[in-house]
Amino acid sequence: MITRSGWARACAVPVAALLLAACTGEPGVRDVTVSVTSTDDACAVSRSSTPAGNVVFSLKNDGSQATGFRVYEQDGTAVVAAVENVGPGASSDLVVNLTAGDYVTACDPGMDGDEIRRELTATEAGAAATPTGEHAEALHTASADYLAYVRAEIDTLMHKTEAFAEALASGDDETAKAMYADSRVHWLRIEPIAAHFGDLVPLLDLREADLGPNEQWLGWHHAEKLLWPPAEGYTVDQATRAELADRLVSDTANLQSRVSAGDFTVEAFQIGNGAKELLDDVAATKITGDEEIWSGTDLWDIQASIDGARRAFESLKPVVIDRDPKLVAELDERFAAAQSVLSAHGSIAEGFTLYPDLTSEQVLELSRTIEALSEPLSRLTAAAVL
Amino acid sequence: MSEQRPSPTPPAEDATPSDEGPGRSAKGPSRRAVLGVAGAAAGIAASGGIGFQVGRQTAPPPGEGQFPFLGAHQSGILTPQQDRLHFAAFDITTDSRDRVIALLRRWTQAAATLMAGSQVGGGAVGGPDLLPPDDTGEALDLGASGLTITFGFGRSMFLADGADRFGLADALPDQLLELPHFAGDALEQNLSHGDLCIQACANDPQVAVHAIRNLARLAIGDAHVRWAQLGFGRTSSTTRAQKTPRNLMGFKDGTANIRAEDKGLVDRWLWADGSDGQQWMHDGTYLVARKIRILIENWDRTSLSEQEDAVGRTKGSGAPLSGGNEFTDPNFRARDSAGSLLIPTDSHVTIAHPSRWDGVKMLRRGFNYTDGADALGKLDGGLFFIAFVRDPRAQYVPMQEEMSRADRMTVEYLRTVGSAVFAVPPGVAQGSSLGDGGAYIGEALFA
Repeated sequence: MITRSGWARACAVPVAALLLAACTGEPGVRDVTVSVTSTDDACAVSRSSTPAGNVVFSLKNDGSQATGFRVYEQDGTAVVAAVENVGPGASSDLVVNLTAGDYVTACDPGMDGDEIRRELTATEAGAAATPTGEHAEALHTASADYLAYVRAEIDTLMHKTEAFAEALASGDDETAKAMYADSRVHWLRIEPIAAHFGDLVPLLDLREADLGPNEQWLGWHHAEKLLWPPAEGYTVDQATRAELADRLVSDTANLQSRVSAGDFTVEAFQIGNGAKELLDDVAATKITGDEEIWSGTDLWDIQASIDGARRAFESLKPVVIDRDPKLVAELDERFAAAQSVLSAHGSIAEGFTLYPDLTSEQVLELSRTIEALSEPLSRLTAAAVL
Repeated sequence: MSEQRPSPTPPAEDATPSDEGPGRSAKGPSRRAVLGVAGAAAGIAASGGIGFQVGRQTAPPPGEGQFPFLGAHQSGILTPQQDRLHFAAFDITTDSRDRVIALLRRWTQAAATLMAGSQVGGGAVGGPDLLPPDDTGEALDLGASGLTITFGFGRSMFLADGADRFGLADALPDQLLELPHFAGDALEQNLSHGDLCIQACANDPQVAVHAIRNLARLAIGDAHVRWAQLGFGRTSSTTRAQKTPRNLMGFKDGTANIRAEDKGLVDRWLWADGSDGQQWMHDGTYLVARKIRILIENWDRTSLSEQEDAVGRTKGSGAPLSGGNEFTDPNFRARDSAGSLLIPTDSHVTIAHPSRWDGVKMLRRGFNYTDGADALGKLDGGLFFIAFVRDPRAQYVPMQEEMSRADRMTVEYLRTVGSAVFAVPPGVAQGSSLGDGGAYIGEALFA
């Protein structure tokens, strides 16, 4: 289970860099606009760096009380320019001529002196150390490519989940069991994207051991336990079973609609980190057989994780190939090696050996080859973005 | 709190014939001859380590300390944290209350002896040739090495499956709870719980192991080791003089710890009071032990910024991501120039910081551990978390519930495989005599 919900800050630097790259117009444009949104507890400034020259701070007060906005010298005390008492819902522009250097900006919601500050750098024109045109464009292409893959996988997941849920709800356990691992493949391939929404993974992929006290158990693994009950037996009433099936469908549909939304984007760093997270999860639960303790279908999950990671790598490959060809060659080789070891145990189409039927030597071999892949894969994001 | 002060080890006395030479050649007066009788009966702390001088051949290594066993509180809690741990939990195998009491007497006496750097019983050498030596001997040349021995009682000693085993059910403190299942726990029963526990801490690993080994031997027939843990490298500081150490994640750990100098905090958050419900626990405390495996390889593959975000502190200085130095209070509202919070809301420091929990504090006294490699060749290591608190219900459970579901570091990179809670009774008072009919740890419970 991947549960990261902290992408925003984890990637603050690359995000800022990408946004900047995206909105950096031709150098030489005279006036640069910096949007500032002041709320009761936040002060969002659209950029951390701006070319020196005339800068328009476009202030919007989205808070419930009057606010102020100030630009200080680097020392944080000498005011360069300020606008005060901008009422709730109101906007105001502040034009400042900034010479190259470091500044501090501050919103003052409530006008009580309790400022929310951040740094702003004015650079000599052309000095921005951010992805430039070609690089930014390649990253953009990678994002679009990967997003198309994610959307296609989620569409397939949706269809298969509906069929699985129908079998589950109607008590056709044999059909449901046959569909379980194959349906989850499409979930696992894109799980890092699902994890982007903090609420969905716990609804869909919580293992029994992940449950807190008094927490309702929804998602695939509860269905797994129903279908492959432990020796002492496990049953739930029909209403619980029906709800489980319904929620699998509706929560997956929720994921589908969010990812299908026109404004949903995936940044390059998220692609790279997502690949790493997929293999982290293999190491944490799947290679030990702790992911599918009832069904034993861990190898399907491992294949899906490698598929998802590989697809992420393929999307970023055109960006990385010139920047770090050795890394690309190493990853090509490691992906192939891992796939070859895994393929010895089956395939998604034909089915895999169940985890409990693997010898400890086979598990060890698989673990080592995946570790050998995980290590260089952890360098992919930096190679693509920096 | 005399236990905080390590008494400097007395200078060695020379020219005492060796009792530490190869086995049978030792015929001279041995320190066990003194300590086996006088040391234990007179009370080690009161004798100021005099017994310790007898028979010492060489000066102790620099920095070696000796802590008094006797005192209002047990040692090994506020004692400046040592670097080595051997912790053992025991199952009581006798049904006899009297035998349990006798065991506690033996342990108490032996603990006082061991903490003085001496040998248990009749010593390691110099005894009858045809008897196995009382002391196993591996600590012979190592001195006290700052050894502390701390005893605790598990809930199952009071009540096990509803059975009042030793007539102690009414004395079960409410604070000695059975921990709930926390999300993500992967507990192994053979690494969890226990009727009794002994925490041995020292600056020399062999001294800590020697202590547990000999105490376990003294218990055979009445109690057997259920599980045990070695720890190397403290992960907390319990005094201001100590630097904050690093855990196996490479981060400074326990920055927000209670320190022995914080008298008000210690009284408020550490020591139980009779008014807490059980008079016998007055001046005692509660020990929460959690064996937390770190998914080391995953962590090592994580970018520095992600690591720092997960923890909420910088890896180098330990300062919060909102700035300052290690001891600067985190500013959870500070934002960077892109408008993002500098300290992510799901970082460890955000979830665990006392400010989120009405100022609730704990005394952490954990250790890094490694048990070698697992079956897949991965480092089987992590944090053996130990915390001393006045009430685990208020000072541990709520925070752990939140951490186990909301703290990115915990959810992604940690897996708790062992768990136990023990009541740590008060110490044995200064001036008490030990041994047959003498004072013992937990005496007020059985009185």
